[in-house]
Amino acid sequence: MNTPTRDPDDTLGAVDADRAYVHLLDQLRTVLADEGRSPILVGVHSGGAWLAERLHADLCLSSPLGYLSSAFHRDDYGSRGLPTNIKPTVLPFDVEGADLIVVDDVLFTGRTARATLNELFDHGRPARVELAVLADRGGRELPISARFVGASVLLGGTHQLVLSQDTQGHFSFRVESGPR
Amino acid sequence: MIRRHPQIDGQGRLRHLLSIDGLPKAMIERVLDTASAFLDVSDRTVKKLPLLRGRSVFNLFFENSTRTRTTFEIAAQRLSADVFNLNISASSASKGESLLDTIDNLAAMNADLFVVRHAQSGAPFLIAQHLDQLGKDVHVINAGDGRHEHPTQALLDAYTIRHFKKNFTGLRIALVGDILHSRVARSNIHALTTLGVPDVRAVGPATLLPGGLESMGVRVFHDMREGLRDVDVVIMLRLQNERMRGALLPSAQEYFKHYGLTPEKLAYAAPDAIVMHPGPMNRGVEIDSAVADGPQAVILSQVTFGIAVRMAVLGMIAA
Repeated sequence: MNTPTRDPDDTLGAVDADRAYVHLLDQLRTVLADEGRSPILVGVHSGGAWLAERLHADLCLSSPLGYLSSAFHRDDYGSRGLPTNIKPTVLPFDVEGADLIVVDDVLFTGRTARATLNELFDHGRPARVELAVLADRGGRELPISARFVGASVLLGGTHQLVLSQDTQGHFSFRVESGPR
Repeated sequence: MIRRHPQIDGQGRLRHLLSIDGLPKAMIERVLDTASAFLDVSDRTVKKLPLLRGRSVFNLFFENSTRTRTTFEIAAQRLSADVFNLNISASSASKGESLLDTIDNLAAMNADLFVVRHAQSGAPFLIAQHLDQLGKDVHVINAGDGRHEHPTQALLDAYTIRHFKKNFTGLRIALVGDILHSRVARSNIHALTTLGVPDVRAVGPATLLPGGLESMGVRVFHDMREGLRDVDVVIMLRLQNERMRGALLPSAQEYFKHYGLTPEKLAYAAPDAIVMHPGPMNRGVEIDSAVADGPQAVILSQVTFGIAVRMAVLGMIAA
């Protein structure tokens, strides 16, 4: 589980998002059953929030669902400023001592994950925090790794992997060019 | 050639905040959206964000203020800035130093942002222009200049209205009282008309209403009951005795009789109308205590929202 599987269709640098989702869901279902856990899922806005909502429903979790924004702890604030349309952090539970899985769509440099951890710790000291991502695209710049990974893909640094969700809730990835 | 307003930079970002006049609707809405994300910071275990860590914010109040200066100070501290409060009226200016010499000296102390209140209209604009001409990367926020503008007050008022009324279209809003001397009224009129409020009213005696209100899209009323009829929001303004020259009013008692907001006059507004006041209030002059402390008053919410709005402005400007 710590070694993500490469998507076999990954020839153009894209991943089948729905297949990655099924893989991620299977991993979580197995591990949570084996370890007898009922953790709280926390989605990172925006793609991670969609993913967390779908996982929360499919795992039939009774625990509340949380949402995290990375906007206030980003390390590129000095060069890029505040993002537009900041969605607020919503944590409708006591973070102190909680068992949490932070859910995001794409893991790349690790800087967003670092910012969301800082955001999380502004609300208390959780007992455990793990990371689940739909796609790990490599290129890490910080010592961050995800325990649960739907698919892995290697993409050049000038490309972005962007998650979309259709009206039926299905996911798809597209690759965009340009600075991150 | 179209001259760019100095508060917006070449990339369309907010560089200074000098006036609501000239601020695009999308920028005002962005401030309000950003403020709502900052609102819960006061409820966190750690009530601080790192955005302005290592930045120096100088509060330059050439005119007295408690509420505005304090909320700017709290906002800057919540963003981890180093905050310096200078009561200039009691120091250099009284010794004869010019405004721009004072600014040059403070800029030489590596200031990153000046929050300026000044009795002269246009002083923050002059400071921003001066710093830009010198090529200094120092930002300026107008915290009230003479009778001109008080942009962050208008932004927090707009935030309060949106919080309680959800949107601006379809609203009737009355500004009541001393509009002639009020920078709050001027900024509010610009903000509300830009945000698309279809019915903005100015209510007061002819001696306290400036000319040209109609050309700003405002309907003028001298009878308070007529002016308040069916409004959704009442913004009361303080009688600015310190700015009055000449006999504009017979007496405070006479003013209260005609323009003081009492429960009886408020009954002309919509039943769910909210009552706002930028403070400080003169109870028994422009507002009755029964209204100020009543269920329709949202005056203390304005103060709370003011911190989030000022955090948003500081966070957007200082990047």
